[in-house]
Amino acid sequence: MTEVERHAYDVVVIGAGGAGLRAAIEAREQGKRTAIISKSLFGKAHTVMAEGGCAAAMGNVNSNDSWQVHFRDTMRGGKFLNNWRMAELHAREAPDRVWELETYGALFDRTGDGRISQRNFGGHTYPRLAHVGDRTGLEMIRTMQQKIVSLQQEDHAETGDYEANLKVFAECTITDLLKDGDAVAGAFGYWRESGRFVLFEAPAVVLATGGIGKSFKVTSNSWEYTGDGHALAMRAGGTLINMEFVQFHPTGMVWPPSVKGILVTEGVRGDGGVLLNSEQKRFMFEYVPTVFKGQYAETEDEADRWYLDQENNRRTPDLLPRDEVARAINTEVKAGRGSPHGGVFLDIASRRSAEEIRRLLPSMYHQFKELADVDITAEPMEVGPTCHYVMGGIEVDPDSGQSTVAGLFAAGECSGGMHGSNRLGGNSLSDLLVFGKRAGAGAAAYAGSLPSRPVVASDDIDRAARRALRPFGGGEDGTGGEDGTAENPYTIHGELQQAMNDLVGIIRTGEEVERALRTLEELKRRAARVAVEGHRQFNPGWHLALDLQNMLLVSECVARAALMRTESRGGHTRDDHPNMEPQWRNRLLVCSVERTDDGEQVAVRQQPQQPMRPDLLELFEHDELEKYYTEGELTEHPGRRS
Amino acid sequence: MAYQAKFRVWRGDAGGGALADFTVQVNEGEVVLDVIHRLQATQCGDLAVRWNCKAGKCGSCSAEVNGRPRLLCMTRMSTFAEDEMITVMPMRTFPVLRDLVTDVSYNYVKAREVRSFVPPKGVAPGEYRMQQIDVERSQEFRKCIECFLCQNTCHVLRDHEENKPAFAGPRYLMRVAELDMHPLDAAAEQGVDRRAAAQDEHGLGFCNITKCCTEVCPEHIKITDNALIPLKERVVGRRYDPLVWLGNKIRRRSGA
Repeated sequence: MTEVERHAYDVVVIGAGGAGLRAAIEAREQGKRTAIISKSLFGKAHTVMAEGGCAAAMGNVNSNDSWQVHFRDTMRGGKFLNNWRMAELHAREAPDRVWELETYGALFDRTGDGRISQRNFGGHTYPRLAHVGDRTGLEMIRTMQQKIVSLQQEDHAETGDYEANLKVFAECTITDLLKDGDAVAGAFGYWRESGRFVLFEAPAVVLATGGIGKSFKVTSNSWEYTGDGHALAMRAGGTLINMEFVQFHPTGMVWPPSVKGILVTEGVRGDGGVLLNSEQKRFMFEYVPTVFKGQYAETEDEADRWYLDQENNRRTPDLLPRDEVARAINTEVKAGRGSPHGGVFLDIASRRSAEEIRRLLPSMYHQFKELADVDITAEPMEVGPTCHYVMGGIEVDPDSGQSTVAGLFAAGECSGGMHGSNRLGGNSLSDLLVFGKRAGAGAAAYAGSLPSRPVVASDDIDRAARRALRPFGGGEDGTGGEDGTAENPYTIHGELQQAMNDLVGIIRTGEEVERALRTLEELKRRAARVAVEGHRQFNPGWHLALDLQNMLLVSECVARAALMRTESRGGHTRDDHPNMEPQWRNRLLVCSVERTDDGEQVAVRQQPQQPMRPDLLELFEHDELEKYYTEGELTEHPGRRS
Repeated sequence: MAYQAKFRVWRGDAGGGALADFTVQVNEGEVVLDVIHRLQATQCGDLAVRWNCKAGKCGSCSAEVNGRPRLLCMTRMSTFAEDEMITVMPMRTFPVLRDLVTDVSYNYVKAREVRSFVPPKGVAPGEYRMQQIDVERSQEFRKCIECFLCQNTCHVLRDHEENKPAFAGPRYLMRVAELDMHPLDAAAEQGVDRRAAAQDEHGLGFCNITKCCTEVCPEHIKITDNALIPLKERVVGRRYDPLVWLGNKIRRRSGA
């Protein structure tokens, strides 16, 4: 039997980004002993890279805003494939979640009358994003990190122990979830520092591990985004939905090569920046799709007036939802109208004063100055699409965040449904607050409802330990190591990123995705022979070898779902099926994993979506719904012409 | 364009270690972290380095490059001559775990000793009102990405392990200043005196404003000028204010 360090908690939260911290705060406030497990140091989560802001219909800048307007924008952004209940809860609760952060000490930028300022963003009808310059994510992480410290100080005052009820396990990676029968019983992992194993026994586990971007070559995501939560949930018997929808942010840096993919916030366009091609033309006016016709400005004059007078003008098409803008940039570059380094131009220098730019976009100024020698107050930036976010994720109950596995909850980017086929900018920071809190509450309620604690079987611990140590033995089939066929994890990772980028990227075809699947099969076989050098103490090669298993599994989900969905919608564009098809609108693709003799195989099936509640459906005009729905789905709508 | 650079990277653990020499390819536009990653991928798969965002936003990849505390992801190779030897060492103020990774837990201990924000009583969520000009001072300090380079550089801490228990370091003194300048912090109403705590609990008196912390801050926060000196002034203002002095005397006597 494997010797292992053991900890027992009521709720274990895996992931210390925004969703994980909010879930942990909630579980602790509901009186549950809670552990936060973080792959990195506390406070380094990917959330710190979120720049533009947190969407919440507070109506501070434009009082016409309301949860209903936010709900409508979110559904349109996701092309009506969203889980409507999640979109409803999100729009209703986001303002309270933002205001709550102020009681933790957050300092957002202010309006003239001292309230939280809100900025314009793609797809949002009104200025809606609470922000702090262009470092909003950092403010949110720091605020919740400090709230956790505050709760620990309360516990210290009461018990003499800061970590009596809430403890952070930093630089600790979970490799397996363990079950007792059909329900979650714990999580198994290793300390990055020492390589030693650790077991968390808990009746409720919240996954908040973020996204999957590290499977793509050009990405704005950090190394942590290896799809761990997605993979852990699947291996525990959970399901993923919407995995074919991957968001390519339209504006990533394109030069120099080493920074390619680093994010350039949408706030640049929200604050007046415009996209230009090599002919100095504002090309976005050519790319307003049929479904959004009439909702966006048709002339540059109107677009420019809109920044000052939103009542009487329509918004600039530079602020269309991200999928539309990313595709437009892709098309311009392909047509030979790109910038010297294969992007397009993003110009704010000629539209705002240098002083305003430095105040509104300090990190962008800093980033371009230090990494690319570009002064964005004097010259345009070069930008192009970068893999940014996965809309797909763990299938959960909207209200509690519980997955299809008892005791397993998920929130934030690793959960699926909320954003449908495309997420609006700003809806991620609000998503993680709303559903982080809900998942924390769901996990606390579940843990409190159990008559007895689940038990982890020692066989399962042994199995998890063996799996984690495989890369040292030269692979499971024993062919790695001495005989020279051992594989290097860095090499396989590089090939995976290239394949996903080229074959399952922003524009896809059935033929290319099939090729990607063949490559993935080959990479899976080679990954089984990965061998790492050195020992277990802080060994990045070993860590990558384990993360690679998750990336391969999740990449296969993306590719298989992308092959099955024969239409184009949001973050899934099929060149061989370019139209959005109403009969695909309410069909979700659900991924699960089957263990075979050869290892793991992903299965995808179709599942109809619950029809939207009538009162929510009636928030939309019949004319608009017609563009997305089949006729049969709208028979009850009051606006239906007989 | 691409060239072969000479790198010297410290390798070892708590038990000791040494600089190891490498020759490694460098491409146009790269930063030191790119080169460290290339070493991992091609020459030593187990070379330990912390990093997350590679965009100067998370503050994980702090180290010392040619003796200067820097973020590896924001140190461009073009700032060195092609034939220059580049030496990469772990931060010196914190114990080494392995290679370039150090044990920075001291900072988290200090973070926990600073009394948190105290929300004002009777102000409901959503009712907070603050002017931009009033939040800007604290906002500057909240730009901190917790790379701990200031802590690493501060001469009170560097090579002075004995000062660590009594001194929170620039990062956490700045945190005290941030809270003291927060327009709605209600610590005083709860009997928490942040200025006294800065001096008595967090060791503000150790700081003799040499500004080393400010110089290495990758976020260009004016730690010394905008946080530490004003905090010192506030402490002094309170301690040597004749009325406060008299008040304290009287209260102490009447309590005796």
